[in-house]
Amino acid sequence: MEHSSLAGRIFRGVALTLILIFFMFPIVWIFLMSFQTNEQILRIPPRILFEPTLANYEALISGQLRTAAGNLQISFMRNLFNSVVLSSAAVLLALLLGVPAAYAFARFKFRLGESIAFTLLSFRFAPPLLVLLPLSLYYQELGLNDTYFGIVWVYQLIALPLILWIVRGYFEDISPDIEHAYRLAGHSWREAFTRIAVPLAGPGIAAAGLLSFIFCWNNFVFALILASADKQPVTVGALAFVTASGIQYGQIAAAIVLSVTPTLLLALYAQRYLVEGLSLGAVKG
Amino acid sequence: MDMLELRGIDKVYRSRGKEPVHAVRALDMAVEKGEIVALLGSSGCGKTSTLRMIAGFEDVSAGSIALGGRRIHELPPARRKVAMAFEGYSLYPPLTVRENIAFALKSAQLPRAEVTRRVDEIARLVEIEDILDSYPRAISGGQQQRVSLARALVRDADLYLLDEPMGQLEPQLRAVLRGRIKSLLAERGMTAIFVTHDQTEASALADRIAVMEGGVLQQFASEKELKGRPANLFVASFIGEPPMNLLDAEVMRSDSGFRLSVGTDMRFDIAGAGLDVEAAKTLAATPQVRIGIRPQKIVVGTGDVRVKVVSNQWLGDQSHVAGDCGGRMLIAVTPGRVAARPGEIVSFALEPRHLHIFGGDGTCIRHAEGA
Repeated sequence: MEHSSLAGRIFRGVALTLILIFFMFPIVWIFLMSFQTNEQILRIPPRILFEPTLANYEALISGQLRTAAGNLQISFMRNLFNSVVLSSAAVLLALLLGVPAAYAFARFKFRLGESIAFTLLSFRFAPPLLVLLPLSLYYQELGLNDTYFGIVWVYQLIALPLILWIVRGYFEDISPDIEHAYRLAGHSWREAFTRIAVPLAGPGIAAAGLLSFIFCWNNFVFALILASADKQPVTVGALAFVTASGIQYGQIAAAIVLSVTPTLLLALYAQRYLVEGLSLGAVKG
Repeated sequence: MDMLELRGIDKVYRSRGKEPVHAVRALDMAVEKGEIVALLGSSGCGKTSTLRMIAGFEDVSAGSIALGGRRIHELPPARRKVAMAFEGYSLYPPLTVRENIAFALKSAQLPRAEVTRRVDEIARLVEIEDILDSYPRAISGGQQQRVSLARALVRDADLYLLDEPMGQLEPQLRAVLRGRIKSLLAERGMTAIFVTHDQTEASALADRIAVMEGGVLQQFASEKELKGRPANLFVASFIGEPPMNLLDAEVMRSDSGFRLSVGTDMRFDIAGAGLDVEAAKTLAATPQVRIGIRPQKIVVGTGDVRVKVVSNQWLGDQSHVAGDCGGRMLIAVTPGRVAARPGEIVSFALEPRHLHIFGGDGTCIRHAEGA
């Protein structure tokens, strides 16, 4: 790096800037849109400079959507809350079930072990709609339709295979002898799992948790079909912005900014754990 | 009293769709208190499986293990009172070297001063005082191995299991550590079993050596006995450097006992009077035997076996002379230099009293005398 010429450095800088603009543009544009009124957004040609307004955020937070056709009630904050509850609960449940299962698949060879692991992975192959039709019938019979629990359960189709397969790989990378050494020092099998295996696989668990959180957060069809208004997450709730008097671009942009924020914060928080354990490879000596 | 007793141990690894692997067969072994035992053998001979069964990471397929009078083969590893140094070191990555070594002592709730004292002492012994505050990933393989060794030896256990404890160390350090560890074990009366494929290490560290091959314990004896009185052909050819010379011989009755002829080039008369009854009977019933003689027992420059020199190496303290005798290779080791070039004819003296005689199944019929 130090030996590169001035021209090279300039070129690299320009190239990086271009790539950054290319990838960041949609997000930056949405961010800018969220501070504009619908008229400002739809103006041709579009302008970078405008008078910012907080009206979109106000409308979302207060739940009053003012359109040309009159006032509309929207429950965006409720949707956001639902998204947080559903995704967190789904990921927590998947971690509770998936991490021990991943450990079992990594450490023990048992009858049908590979088949079970593959079956769990195959949940990801099936088109969600195909699964949903029979499922919604069953849910109605079982009374699980339009309950948090029911949706969290369906989200396991997304989160569980992901966590299971990512974390399994991390467990397989840890030498079982580290746990053996710990157990010889007078600890039980369970302690070796919670005190040695899980912390060492921590980065993998964090990565898998984060990924499955993002997938759950962005899920649309499951909640669209299985949840009614008061249980809907933001992905479904955003449909409310398509109103009789047109599409509320400003509010959609604000909604996107608000709904991206929790995931972004979680990712920033989890990053610490993601980096922390990358030195794990040194164990193999 | 026997500290450790293995009885009829079998280990079979079964995996679906594959032939079961019989790793250890009918292993009987008793280790006395304070004894240091080496499990010696080539890769895949079952030595590490045996160690792991004692530690409790592998179930025994059959048989029983008793340690200090307790039957331990059904106990979880935590309750066996066994310490182990792993071949792959297996240090706890998030802990420093000092914390790694102190780990088990802290779990046992020893006073802090005592823990520090013992860690420092063992660290001095294996020469890792200067890396006590480093993390495992920051130190070399050899250092990790010593930490792993220290972590095992610092504990109070009934039995210490060391899996290839010095494989990664430089030769000089290895020699120094062997001496120190041996005196530490002896001083504290610690019972230890270690796995190695290095004969020198086995001889230097162990009181007795268990030679394993194909999952079967071939012989369990002191180094001297393994060399002088090998139980079978495998031990005879496995122990000793360079390996024992082995030749096919025909057995014939003679006036005074037996005559063993190797082709037309060599003849050995074994006096019947020198053989015990059993050996004489077996020998009389075996037309074909294998005879073995240690390279160190062949005298170069005298005798009636004429060989064509193939190679003659001076190793600084001894000469290895390899000679061809009617298509059979003989190696002789002599303490001095030998003035013979490849292609020249020299004489080797092989005395009948130095011959080991092995039967068709490989078991030893007669050992060399004076061993």
